[in-house]
Formats: sequence, structure tokens, C-alpha cells
Amino acid sequence: MLLRMDRVAIIGAAMTRFGDRSAWVAELLTEAAEATIADAGIDRRRIDHVYVANMASGEFEGHAGVANRLVHDCQLIDAYCARIDQTSASGGAGVYAGWQAVASGAAECALVVGAEKMTHRTTAEATDVIASLTHPVEYQHGVTLPSFAGLTARAYLHRYDAPRESLAHVAVKNHRNGVENPHAHFQKAVDLQTVMDSPVIADPLRLYDFCPISDGSAGLLLVPESVAREVSDRYVVITGIGGGTDTHVVHERPDPTRMGAVAAAGERAYAMADREPAEVDFAELHDMFTILEFLQSEDLGFFEKGAGWRAAMDGETALSGALPINPSGGLKSKGHPLGASGVAQVVELVAQLRGEAGARQVEGAVGLACNVGGFGNCVTTTIVEAV
Amino acid sequence: MAGEEPAAARYADGSVGYPAHPIGPDGVAATGEVSLAEAVGTVETWTRSTAPPPGVRAPNLLAIVSFDVTGGPVRMIGQVDAEAIAIGDRVRLGPPTELRDPAAALRPATVQSYTGHRFVPVED
Repeated sequence: MLLRMDRVAIIGAAMTRFGDRSAWVAELLTEAAEATIADAGIDRRRIDHVYVANMASGEFEGHAGVANRLVHDCQLIDAYCARIDQTSASGGAGVYAGWQAVASGAAECALVVGAEKMTHRTTAEATDVIASLTHPVEYQHGVTLPSFAGLTARAYLHRYDAPRESLAHVAVKNHRNGVENPHAHFQKAVDLQTVMDSPVIADPLRLYDFCPISDGSAGLLLVPESVAREVSDRYVVITGIGGGTDTHVVHERPDPTRMGAVAAAGERAYAMADREPAEVDFAELHDMFTILEFLQSEDLGFFEKGAGWRAAMDGETALSGALPINPSGGLKSKGHPLGASGVAQVVELVAQLRGEAGARQVEGAVGLACNVGGFGNCVTTTIVEAV
Repeated sequence: MAGEEPAAARYADGSVGYPAHPIGPDGVAATGEVSLAEAVGTVETWTRSTAPPPGVRAPNLLAIVSFDVTGGPVRMIGQVDAEAIAIGDRVRLGPPTELRDPAAALRPATVQSYTGHRFVPVED
């Protein structure tokens, strides 16, 4: 598959603080890009491709052309650039675009930066911008991404006889992990009762089952491994990456508790990396809603279908568990600036594999990130390994 | 289903679905319609959204309903015209109604219809 004999290495990884930021999207992009270039320690003139992952800068702040803006603001002229939009999975798709460019030989040094600026809009407005990804037969009924989560969570709990508390365990775990992440939107632990008593947002889901609306940006610098050996003594390698797409109309899926695109993207990434699910040491999953962590952990093959909830309750996915999930705090605690999230997931993999994750450090040499767009509509899965 | 009689698409291979897509599962365009005007479906799951987007009623009771028709089932998502609903309840489609305020929605009314059908519970 690879035209180039080299594997694709990550030599730079950085992210801004996620949260309620005063900076606009272009400023966030620049902040993460500069931090990424500094982390890589490479001459910026070597960057020949730039991919900006962003879902909706036009809708949120009336700013199109953000990839071109970044290239100019960071003096990366005349690198090729493109904006990558795959809704909430824009970040993962940006990583995929950067990987393709380097793997194919089209690029020698690809900068991938994801960002979104959202908090200047009301929650209802931001929800509607995100809901604009839905099909007209969904949008006309006021169906939002949180309501898809409520519908799916009810079906899951009903089918697998799972207690409502199991979802709360995901929120508690990820908030606890986020306490140790200085870039997280929330660095605050919550207890089970607080989650269970929080206001209903999309029955049976409550406030703490949802990620916050956040601003932020994250970046990666990708090069062939042969270049990485010359310029870096702490690079990691993308050993597998895959994408998949499910129905645009969510109710047309025969099983609402199965994320077909997650399964497809996972299978493709595993095949490229020549890895099995059991060989993954830790994972960053797209917990935009707590229920999504169960579904992904099952459809990626970590647990049997219908068993993800029990693993969460038993502590298997905790920082000290057999398979830590979302050591960064996940979208739930870290925040979800749409275009940034998929990139930030990989930034966390890099930090963990380098042994630079501080108090949230986990053991292992194989990390997996799963970035989900829409309600499982489009997915990118990336496997990153230490050298 | 822009206010007219509710219907699913039927494709040449006998499969059915809602909404109609330009190309069906068999790789060709729909060959006909299956009226759902008199159909009774079963609630597969539901939610009550308390944080709807602009122009949508609050709370917004939503359900995914399965209609058992030849070549089906046909599933639909939509608002429920009731105070409460449960998995397994039987519903039909009510008369056309404005589902959200087009002036408040991000997507302009010139792009899509805001008139559709809510699910109405029926007694077996």
C-alpha cells in the first residue's frame, strides 16, 4: 500500500489549553502550530504540506480560508494547504490526510493542525451548528447529536440490561483522568451521585453524560521515519490508520447499538498495523457522550458486544485498569473543540508513548485513537506505537 | 415527506426505506412508494430532549419507530405527540404539522421543509 518504504513518524505534537478561550480560530491554530513546530525542533521551511482540520469556522465565526490564513500567519509559504472537514471527525481525517501525504511521498513534512472556536455562541446555537450535519428528515424534527445519544443510550441499557449508573462511571473516570491534564477544559473530579443527580438533557442522559462546548487547537508534525531518525530522538510511528463511513440517516441502521463505521475503521487500522485488539495497551475514544465510550470499546473489539458497560463499572478502563481508556480525560473532561479533538487524541497517544504524560501516565507501547463524526457517521482510527 | 402523505421508498430489489435516497441499496433509483398513512409502528427507543436547538419545542419528545411492511422494516425518527412514550408502544403518523420555527433554524426554509408528521400513540 505504501509507495514510500518508510513508515510515517510523528516528530512533533502539541495542543493549546482547551476551554473557554478568548482567541479566535486563526489564533488558536497559530498557537498550536507554533507549539508543534517547536516541539519537533525542525526548521519550518521544511514543511511542505499543511492540513487544517476544522468543521465549521464559517458557521461559527464567519471565517473561511483558515488553512491559507495559518500558512501565512506562520510563514509557511509556499506549502500546499487544505482544510479538512469531516464534522466531529475532522481531526482524525486531518491526521489521515497528513499520513497519506507522507506515506505516498507527496510530502516530506506535513503539519496537521485542528481547531474550533465555539464558546462565543450560545449552547443552543452551537448545538444547531453541529445538528446541521443531520439529514433533512432528522433536522426538521429538531434532532440533535445529544438526542441521538439519548435514543441510543436507552436502546443499549434496555437491550443489555445495563444499569444507568454504568454510564455515570464513564463520566467519573474521565473527569478523574482530566484532573491530571493541564490542557483539559475541566480539571475537576466529580462523584457518581453528582452525575446521577445532574439535570436531564436527553433522557436517560444527564448533563455529565455530555462533553462541554470548548475552544482549542492541537497539532502534529509528520515525516518519513528516515527523516525522523535524523531529526528526533523521541519520535513515534503511525503503524495503522483506517477510516469508514456509516449511513447518513442514523435510524436506517439495523442495530442502533452498533457503530458500523467504528468497526470498519478499526478493522482497517488493525490490518495495516498487523495488530489485534488485545495488543492495544491504551486508547483515546470519542466520548462526546458517555454511551459512545461503551459502543466504541465494543465495536473496536476490546470487549464483547454488550459487555462494555460492565468493564467500565469493574474498573478495567480506569487509569490503573487492564485497558486504560481516555487517560487524557477524553472529550468529556478535556473538551471537544470539534476539529481539534481527533488531533488532540493522537497528541495524547504521543505524550503517553514518550512517557511525558505525568500523573496520568500509563504503561504500554501501542495506543489507539478513534475519532467519530456525526453520530458514528464517519470515523477515523489511528494506531500509534513507540519505536 | 414535506407535508404530503407519509411514504417510504420501494426499490427494484423489493427493499424499502425512509427517506428515499437517489440510489437505493440495489444501486438504482426507487421504483415506487409504500404509503405509511395507515401504518402502525412500534417504538424501538425514545428520548426527551430538554435542550433543543432554536425554534424547536421544549421538551422535545423523540422516538425511533419501526413499521413492519413488506420488504421492511421501515424505520423513522420523529417527534411524538404525547406526554410520554415507552419502548414497545404502538404509534401511527399524525396529520402534517409545523415541526419547528423555520425562521429560528440555521438551515433556511428554502433548503428544506419544516412540515412533517408526529407520531401519535394508538390503543391496540
